[in-house]
Amino acid sequence: MRAVVVTFPGSNCDYDCLQVLRKVMGIDTSFIWHRERELGDPDLVVLPGGFSYGDYLRAGAIARFSPIVEAVKRYAGRGGIVLGICNGFQILCEAGLLPGALRRNDSLKFRSLDAHVRVETTDTAFTRAYRRGQVLRIPIAHAEGNYIADPATLERLEADGRVVFRYTTREGARGEGGNPNGSANDIAGIVNAAGNVLGLMPHPERAAEGVLGSTDGLGMFESLVAHCARERVA
Amino acid sequence: MIAPASGGNDRGPAAPEPRPGDPEITPELVADHGLSPEEYERIVGHLGRTPTFTELGVFSAMWSEHCGYKNSKRLLRLLPTEAPWVIQGPGENAGVIDIGDGYALAFKIESHNHPSAVEPYQGAATGIGGILRDVFTMGARPVAVLDSLHFGDLDSSRVRYLFDGVVRGAGDYGNCVGIPNLGGEAYFDRGYEGNPIINVMCLGIMKREQLIRGEARGDGNTLMAVGARTGRDGIHGATFASEELGEDSDASRPQVQVGDPFTEKLLLEASLELIGSGHIVGIQDMGAAGITSSASEMAGRSGSGVAIDTALVPVREPGMTPYEILLSESQERMMVVVHKGREQEVRRILAKWELEAAEVGRVTSDGRFRILEDGRTVADIPALPLTEGCPTYEREGIEGEEVRALREMDLTPYAGGEGDRTADFLRLLTSPNLASRRWIHDQYDTTVRTASVIQPGGNAGVLRVRGTPRGIAVTTDCSGRYTYLEPGTGARIAVAEAARNLACTGALPMAVTNNLNFGNPLKPHIYYQLREAVLGMVEACALFETPVTGGNVSLYNETSGTPIYPTPVIGMVGIIEDLERVTRHAFQDEGDVIVLLGRNTDELGASEYLYAMHDIVGGRPPRVDLLAERVLQQALLAMIGEGLLRSAHDCSEGGLACALAESALREGEDPVGIHVRLADPLPSTALLFGEAQGRVVVSCDPACLDRVRRLADRYGVPWREIGTVGAIGGGFVVESADARIEADIREVSAVYFEALPERMDTQ
Repeated sequence: MRAVVVTFPGSNCDYDCLQVLRKVMGIDTSFIWHRERELGDPDLVVLPGGFSYGDYLRAGAIARFSPIVEAVKRYAGRGGIVLGICNGFQILCEAGLLPGALRRNDSLKFRSLDAHVRVETTDTAFTRAYRRGQVLRIPIAHAEGNYIADPATLERLEADGRVVFRYTTREGARGEGGNPNGSANDIAGIVNAAGNVLGLMPHPERAAEGVLGSTDGLGMFESLVAHCARERVA
Repeated sequence: MIAPASGGNDRGPAAPEPRPGDPEITPELVADHGLSPEEYERIVGHLGRTPTFTELGVFSAMWSEHCGYKNSKRLLRLLPTEAPWVIQGPGENAGVIDIGDGYALAFKIESHNHPSAVEPYQGAATGIGGILRDVFTMGARPVAVLDSLHFGDLDSSRVRYLFDGVVRGAGDYGNCVGIPNLGGEAYFDRGYEGNPIINVMCLGIMKREQLIRGEARGDGNTLMAVGARTGRDGIHGATFASEELGEDSDASRPQVQVGDPFTEKLLLEASLELIGSGHIVGIQDMGAAGITSSASEMAGRSGSGVAIDTALVPVREPGMTPYEILLSESQERMMVVVHKGREQEVRRILAKWELEAAEVGRVTSDGRFRILEDGRTVADIPALPLTEGCPTYEREGIEGEEVRALREMDLTPYAGGEGDRTADFLRLLTSPNLASRRWIHDQYDTTVRTASVIQPGGNAGVLRVRGTPRGIAVTTDCSGRYTYLEPGTGARIAVAEAARNLACTGALPMAVTNNLNFGNPLKPHIYYQLREAVLGMVEACALFETPVTGGNVSLYNETSGTPIYPTPVIGMVGIIEDLERVTRHAFQDEGDVIVLLGRNTDELGASEYLYAMHDIVGGRPPRVDLLAERVLQQALLAMIGEGLLRSAHDCSEGGLACALAESALREGEDPVGIHVRLADPLPSTALLFGEAQGRVVVSCDPACLDRVRRLADRYGVPWREIGTVGAIGGGFVVESADARIEADIREVSAVYFEALPERMDTQ
């Protein structure tokens, strides 16, 4: 299995993603600079967190014009697996690969904390290693993570089971105290209709080693490894 | 003219001529530049003639307190600076120590007090930017920042505005660059009303061989200005930072720079790539005093000279004079010394990171700091006197009468007696000096870089060092109230407490960076504070074997004549040999035994209890026995090394009751109850809330208790089994012969975690 981590000027979780994929998961992983026009032929493309172009104008709004984003679109169009974390999620929305947008947190403050997110579906390449309803403790760190979409889109996302992660309390309940940023329907992560592009605000790469306090993010990478192994056999 | 111009200067090219439009050099102009008549005479002596306006500006910046340390250097020389593990001591962009396996740690603390007092958001943001550059210009990748913040009383709306702005500014900048915040401190006391103290610390890790210094060696090598363009912002910031604030300080807002963390991130990556490439000789941030300080200091360190043409410096607006270009403190700029002939390779790296670069001059061998404007000399100064020749002073120091009276205040009315200690305790926990700092840390990314083992809210921040079994622990500490009431004691406690915080995580303290924040040193009672604090620090750093590898001095922290509390902030780093043994402050399991190491003594002076409950800043700060403190920490490290402890937490502000509460509240986990009985025959307020030094609350499995006792006895450390850890959500009970605190831990939790948000988000 081969993975690439796309780096934009201002990406700052690129090393963290590389570290987890390479050192923890043992995946052959390399960086790809945003000015490149081809991805090569990886099994997984990760758009990492950070502040691409300083998030000036609007998070992800400038990065989507980088040459590599065209290659990511083609790759996703062919069914390639794309994971966007935090700023990567914002870029996927700006690039039209995922619906909706991420607005400023309702507190109007940057929020950095261990969020609790519930796995809403295990029927994706990203979540098969989890149990449905499992509550994960995963760090968030963002100023613009307040997911919004028009009512029809939200309804479709819900009806199609494309809301993959939802903010909850530690006990897995929705409502008071669980949602850190005001996201519609407590949405923390969604997948596209084809099921191969996922964006989420929490950082699974920051919860993949015991020394850091949580390994709840590992399931996502394990799911992807298993998925790619199956794809190769098929 | 106040000094006759000498006719000719036969060294090198023609002597600089005044530019058209330059003001005449008058005693008033000299005084406006913060230079005394004697200092001016000395400048004339070094030059052999009257300085030009440009040269006066250059001297003013380099001989300011901020760059020249003129009132502190003689004291700073007394600090211990050496140890076998120190690779780089004071005098560079940052200190560096060896952390094993071929890795080195660079670290430094710096103040941004004056800018933050007038423009908190940008003041704090650019403070973070500057300290990051100090670390990555040593070749180290920044891995953590901390902030030590001291503000006035939160009841003031102005203070809330400053606090909110500083936290947002520091957060936005560090978050964007992607450097986790690992802690620091936030204190609120009316002693900082108009003049907040904003100190920021950065740590960076590198392979030893990547170490590079801020040097300008090699005749003919090229000087490049890299990064943001030079604008008119921050001109004379170094001089501004060396004056008292007054009613009109808001008018100084143009001297505050504006930060661009995105450019900073590009500069960081480009600088590390340049350093790794071997194409460059030296690199330095254009920080305080901009091009002037970076170029002259690099030349001064190398015994070389520089020649720079200001017409070649990329500027933001036309018509900037050499004076402005030399003294601008526009942010995110670096001076890079490039090996002659490798300019193209350097440009290629910078272009990848979309950074502008311009060749602005070259290294010379004549030891002169020469500035040209389009080929015409406008300044020609011997480099060494500029960087090293700043006159230093020893001032008169006499303790202020007022402080002596406060210290000798009779505290018996507040010691013990009748009273509802549960109510006292709950009220004390709402003090912003004791309540949870989560409101702050929520706004800082604390987990980026996936190395944060202990996040803010514990004894100290802990980071893993990839590729080794080790961790780095780091803390900042200073109680201004202690230092105000007895400067030497306050400084000794700051060092001892920092070391104790590190030891509680299992780290051996290694080195210190310090930030001396004081008022106007020309006032005898302020110089007394400075001298006593430095002497206290000298003694404590020597005893803990934690040399000072650098730091910062910020004087003139006064508003309309009222000085801040003397605030010598200690930033201390330590090494945890085996991260498997890292120890946290939170109690773990029901039934664990709680043990107090150290001794409860009758100390109520200078306490948070007196301030928060009785509005008193008075009494003698707690005594500190440095040797006993060192032995206590050694015993603690031995216990942790043998894997005996479930938790360890130091007793400091708020005393034993608050230390127990913090361990029971377990930031991030469900709180647990405790049952503690104290037998000491002390007045109840001193016993529960007094801030006696040299105490650590530890917990252990009952099966390990015997070994804990034996180790304590072997080191001669007093110990006492004081209670047990209860169930999650249980009762919080602390009782003594004549007092009792009893509360539902969930109530304690609500008070502790909601106090700061209530003050900040609802008022």
